[in-house]
Amino acid sequence: MVTSPLEVRELGYDYDGRSILDSVTWDLRKGEILGVLGPNGCGKTTMLRNLNRNLSPKRGCVVLAGTDLEDMAKRDIARHIAAVPQSNEIRFAFTVREMVAMGRMPFQEAFRGNSSEDERIIDEAMELTGITHMSDRLINTMSGGERQRVIIARALTQQPEILLMDEPTLHLDINMQFEVLDLVSKLSRDRGLTVVIVSHDLPMVARYCDRIILIHDRTVWAEGKPEDVLTPENMRTVFNIDARFELDDRGQRTVRLYGACPRE
Amino acid sequence: MRNDSAGRRITRIGLTAIVLIAVTLVFVLLDLAWAGTRILSLGEVWSALMGDGTWANDIIVNHRNAPRIIAAIVIGAGLAVTGCVMQAVFRNPLATPYILGLSSGASLGSAFAIMLVPASMMALAQPVLAFAMCLLTTFLVYTVSRSGGTMVRTETLVLAGVAISSLFSAVVSFLTYVAPSDKMQNIVFWTMGSLGGVGYEELTVVLPIVIIGIVLMLTQCRNLNAMMIGDSHAMDLGVDVRKVRIALLIVSSFVVAACVAFVGTIGFVGLVIPHILRMVMGPDNRLIMPMSVIGGAAFLLISDWVAHIVAPYYGVLPIGVVTALVGGPFFIYLLCRRKREVGW
Repeated sequence: MVTSPLEVRELGYDYDGRSILDSVTWDLRKGEILGVLGPNGCGKTTMLRNLNRNLSPKRGCVVLAGTDLEDMAKRDIARHIAAVPQSNEIRFAFTVREMVAMGRMPFQEAFRGNSSEDERIIDEAMELTGITHMSDRLINTMSGGERQRVIIARALTQQPEILLMDEPTLHLDINMQFEVLDLVSKLSRDRGLTVVIVSHDLPMVARYCDRIILIHDRTVWAEGKPEDVLTPENMRTVFNIDARFELDDRGQRTVRLYGACPRE
Repeated sequence: MRNDSAGRRITRIGLTAIVLIAVTLVFVLLDLAWAGTRILSLGEVWSALMGDGTWANDIIVNHRNAPRIIAAIVIGAGLAVTGCVMQAVFRNPLATPYILGLSSGASLGSAFAIMLVPASMMALAQPVLAFAMCLLTTFLVYTVSRSGGTMVRTETLVLAGVAISSLFSAVVSFLTYVAPSDKMQNIVFWTMGSLGGVGYEELTVVLPIVIIGIVLMLTQCRNLNAMMIGDSHAMDLGVDVRKVRIALLIVSSFVVAACVAFVGTIGFVGLVIPHILRMVMGPDNRLIMPMSVIGGAAFLLISDWVAHIVAPYYGVLPIGVVTALVGGPFFIYLLCRRKREVGW
């Protein structure tokens, strides 16, 4: 049996004594794209931040290839897990290339610049995300979508086994949403990158994710293939919407949204 | 295209470094040559340095001017680098080495010494109390910030710094108000900063602390870059943000305490030098912090020269007054005509 690259065991988290997550247990399968769905405020982002010890679990643990994250240095975690946080503004005038190069930090010693190997990895990540031509632009003057691609390139330079993405499509133009997720699928397919995507965009998650975890009532409400998880009952219970999983006329998975459930 | 602009950038950085080093050297000479009523010639300075000058010139150059210049270099460097660190740690353009209230702590320590300690013990008591109160202030600010919960937020630290700072300043004001006039003058003069009292003995204390502190801070340039983008970005990149922040606060407190203990609070260096450098060469701390070492030193040397050059009219000015008088207009000029959008 292949061990899971990342296991979440009985994870619990509170803010100021208020429980956000409780007894969350699931494991990641190598090479898959896992979607984490749930309404706003359900603790999706909190859970994601526990996966690379941006937050430390209050109860339970997260295990990376057999080692509890609590027993690892932050730097070692960053060599295996990269993250693309929710897009927010960056005030400092770093150039795009300087930003992308920061992904090499976990591998570099103090006072050392980029090695030629680092430069090659940076070039490749910028090529993959299509930002090579923006190399000298300043990050604080860029749009949300452009910034998002820069941060994804930065995450790729960490050469992670696992990529965590928090609402990756939130500020993107509609065509960019597809481009970003197509890129992620391609990396997953070609290089065995394992991806966790937190989102509330049901059709996108249905289309791109191999497996879905539905977070409700502080824990895992349902888990499985998109068609098994995104049932009308589940979507009514969790999101209070009238919606249906289906294959569109080109055979791609999607979620048809009819509207909010009538108030009872 | 990239190579071209990268090349231009390297040229600009190189030029800035050369200009700063040249300025430093020129003002080291100018400051060495100051002899009160007259300016020594280059030859006189040289022979005094080599140990075969006149008795008077030896005293002036080697025992009055040289330690003061070394103090200016080290303290300027220390305050400027600490300013960089504080601005990055707090992601706050107004952050200075004194952001956690260290200047008020040091002033209070010094005022206590002036008021309570007999004159014979002052030379020792004043720096010791100033140094100790600096560290105590950091500790107090941190403890107050922590009492709300387990997580210490940078905003809370800044607020606690402001609160404790105003409390201590009030006590200093009170002491100044009730002090007899000679002591009152001492307290006020100390808060303006003066390099005049520094001799070689004082330097043996200041130098190692500040130099070790600067080296430790320089090891964190890259981590500070990530923290400037945001704490969660830094954590994603493997920086143990909480540990790095606490370590930097402790190290910088020692550096600031050592800088102010003997010379009083010198403002403005830590605020403007990092900003000026950022305007010229962008936000990368791997450049800004080492350059701050030279920039801070050059700035205090220039200020020291100005403080002495006006001596015939006003007496030697407190250097803290000069740093603001010289730095302020220059900073305003740069703010008005900056080209590169630096984010602040």
